[in-house]
Amino acid sequence: MPAGDVTAWEIVAAVPDPELPVLTLEDLGVLRSVDVDQSGSVLVTLTPTYSGCPAMDAMRADVQRALLGAGYRNVAIQFELAPAWTTDQLGPLAREHLAAAGIAPPGEPGTPVALSLKCPQCGSLRTREASHFGATSCKALWQCSACGEPFEHLKVLR
Amino acid sequence: MSTDVVAASDLQVYALYLGDDCLILSHRLAELAAHAPEFEEDVALSNLALDLLGQARALLTYAGVVEAAGRDEDALAYGRDDREFHNLLLVEQPNFDFAHTIVRQLFFASYQLALYRRLEHSQDLTLAAVAAKGAKEASYHRDHARLWTVRLGDGTKESHSRMEAAVGFLWPFTGELFQPDPITQRLVAAGIAADPAALEPVWRAQIDQTFAEAGLGHPVELGIRQGGRSGLHSEHLGHLLSEMQHLHRSHPNASW
Repeated sequence: MPAGDVTAWEIVAAVPDPELPVLTLEDLGVLRSVDVDQSGSVLVTLTPTYSGCPAMDAMRADVQRALLGAGYRNVAIQFELAPAWTTDQLGPLAREHLAAAGIAPPGEPGTPVALSLKCPQCGSLRTREASHFGATSCKALWQCSACGEPFEHLKVLR
Repeated sequence: MSTDVVAASDLQVYALYLGDDCLILSHRLAELAAHAPEFEEDVALSNLALDLLGQARALLTYAGVVEAAGRDEDALAYGRDDREFHNLLLVEQPNFDFAHTIVRQLFFASYQLALYRRLEHSQDLTLAAVAAKGAKEASYHRDHARLWTVRLGDGTKESHSRMEAAVGFLWPFTGELFQPDPITQRLVAAGIAADPAALEPVWRAQIDQTFAEAGLGHPVELGIRQGGRSGLHSEHLGHLLSEMQHLHRSHPNASW
């Protein structure tokens, strides 16, 4: 059994996302539940951002390692699809962390999809989408017309 | 449980219909990695392929679970011969040129979006979950193909004529998307499958609107080409499978 008062949820919640390490799995909104039974076995339920997200295996390994490192044994990790993940499930600090890392965050829940994003480098709104597809499934590539810098955007998925 | 009221074999084959469409189209798109006309498009097509591969994995895994004969996603993807694949003929058609790739995407993504939006309400909770997630992805796959269709159809003389040629070649394969078959009809009656015939007006309206914007006309209806659902494929699928399955068949159960 784990030492101290650190709960299994807190351990898993603090694991960084493999592709967006400025966010934890909890910030990203992909951590659904952590259940510990009487024998101390842990069942972690995650949801993928996109159906083919290639980071799922890395998430599984990272969560496993974190829990085993904290003294848990018999760790199982499952992925569930429903309800489908959306960017409205991002945690309260996620947008701040993304912006600080130079990744333009998606809009708040309930807001319309913005036609222009604020450049994370210079703050200009004179920006344009260079490609709706980026280095990972969840990001788009944008460019700022004011400072010329390209930047990534965690694109809205609803 | 849905499997109590319908034959498990029907449900298994239906999951393969949907999963094989995703798998084969994913492979076709993956062939273009590093071969797309521009870098951004290379990334885009790879992203689309990845979404479809993820959907295929969920659907083939489910087909294996329903079958209950010990076959997992890998056994189903890499261990079947062409006659055992149930994908639509449309998705196995080659990337002759970028126009063919885009028109195939427009036809399939518009169909898949209409399909998934209905399947979200399926009595089968696994299919409903895959569809609810997949619909969000199909929606931007459709938008991607729509933008390119307008850009190329309403582009230069060369791009327009290539788009017309691609539409002419691929149109006969679209009839199969809406053909009813006994397995699907039994599952429609049980509230599990989406009725293919009901998808056609939704699809057609989308295509008509996009073609109008792109300045593309409809080809003359010359009958439809079908057979994929029952395993009768064009010559192209065998070549695709020989490449896709080569490693697994040469080195069974190899791992990194």
